[in-house]
Amino acid sequence: MFKPPLESALGLSGTQSALPFQLAIVMLGLSAAFGGTLVERNGPRWAMTVALICFSSGFLLSALGAATEQYWLIVLGYGFVGGIGLGIGYISPVSTLIKWFPDRPGMATGIAIMGFGGGALIASPWSAQMLESFGADNSGIALAFLVHGLSYAVFMLLGVVLVRVPNSAPEARGTARQAPAGPQVSANQAIRTPQFWCLWIVLCMNVTAGIGILEKAAPMITDFFADSSTPVSVTAAAGFVALLSAANMAGRIGWSSTSDLIGRKNIYRVYLGVGAVMYALIALFGDSSKPLFVLCALVILSFYGGGFATIPAYLKDLFGTYQVGAIHGRLLTAWSTAGVLGPLIVNWIADRQEEAGRHGASLYGLSFVIMIGLLVVGFVANELVRPVDPRHHIPAPKEADRVQRQQSESA
Amino acid sequence: MSSDSSQSPPSPDRRGLIAFAWVWVGVPLAYGLYELVRKATQLFTG
Repeated sequence: MFKPPLESALGLSGTQSALPFQLAIVMLGLSAAFGGTLVERNGPRWAMTVALICFSSGFLLSALGAATEQYWLIVLGYGFVGGIGLGIGYISPVSTLIKWFPDRPGMATGIAIMGFGGGALIASPWSAQMLESFGADNSGIALAFLVHGLSYAVFMLLGVVLVRVPNSAPEARGTARQAPAGPQVSANQAIRTPQFWCLWIVLCMNVTAGIGILEKAAPMITDFFADSSTPVSVTAAAGFVALLSAANMAGRIGWSSTSDLIGRKNIYRVYLGVGAVMYALIALFGDSSKPLFVLCALVILSFYGGGFATIPAYLKDLFGTYQVGAIHGRLLTAWSTAGVLGPLIVNWIADRQEEAGRHGASLYGLSFVIMIGLLVVGFVANELVRPVDPRHHIPAPKEADRVQRQQSESA
Repeated sequence: MSSDSSQSPPSPDRRGLIAFAWVWVGVPLAYGLYELVRKATQLFTG
């Protein structure tokens, strides 16, 4: 939303104006990867406080940058400081919700990750309305950043005040201290297991496949039906993109909850296997039927969202709840990689095909074949996932001590 | 939910807080969903 106004208000190029947003995604991955252990050690309230301070102050710094026309302050504020807030805020509710719903981890992580999609759903029209009201010059952008920073601080504050891990402290129950059931693996140990890297590949491939559609959704549907009797208008293409967002969000809670019933490995078989079939259907018949094209794209996007939401529950199954937030944080580097890989493949191939004089659906044929190949790689990686070798498990008393400490801190 | 929290219903003051928290989250989300539906219908009408 802020990219075009920033370009015109501060005289920036497209590449320059994308910098704060790209840096924010990089910082999201890095802070989740490196801050995950701190989040586990200090508990969700501490993590959400850090997320609140970073996210809000990032907007306030950006407001200052826009008001004084100092672009580096916007990069530092929105990209660096705000990105850290995004990363810590993304992982902090995940392990907390898994502890609240130990018998429904898929639903729990679905709720947490759906929140991230839901946030984008709210922020997008809200930011657009604000820029319309305040004006798209530098003082209007500064005011919009300021209102964002203050509003997020107020909204996130309620989360900070209310969040707590379930009170299962032994003193409260009057029972002997117990460690959670199942295997428990530390974050440092988890990255030494083949299971972690198999899931890294699974997430990376699944996200890349989703980005394959998301990156060029509007031009793609327009190109596919450009030569048909019912071409797709610009407003209809925007409607298609909105529908994809809905599928993405619904997939997060819907498919992740389904994984509690059919199992994590099976749901990823669906995401990756059926996802590849959907890509094949679009490649073969997409340009002959608009409903088929739209349906297949919606299913792929729901799998994209589902893949994000189910991965922490998969990690919990394999590595336990001990440091699942930290392990999840480290796995998010797969997202950062896919964030580079997906757009690169789709844009590079579309550009080459255009140079070769192709048009319409044939611009994307090769990309789809590559996406199918990547999904097959992900499918094989998922098949290779086995229970973690007991030599990686931590001794039970150590985990019990950690659980007790965290509960007493957040109570 | 975990067995601890499901053993007894929340007290009246907690019920108010829970309702407030749902409204706090639900109102912005309803706004986002409304805008999404409004935009998505353009695929069929636009």
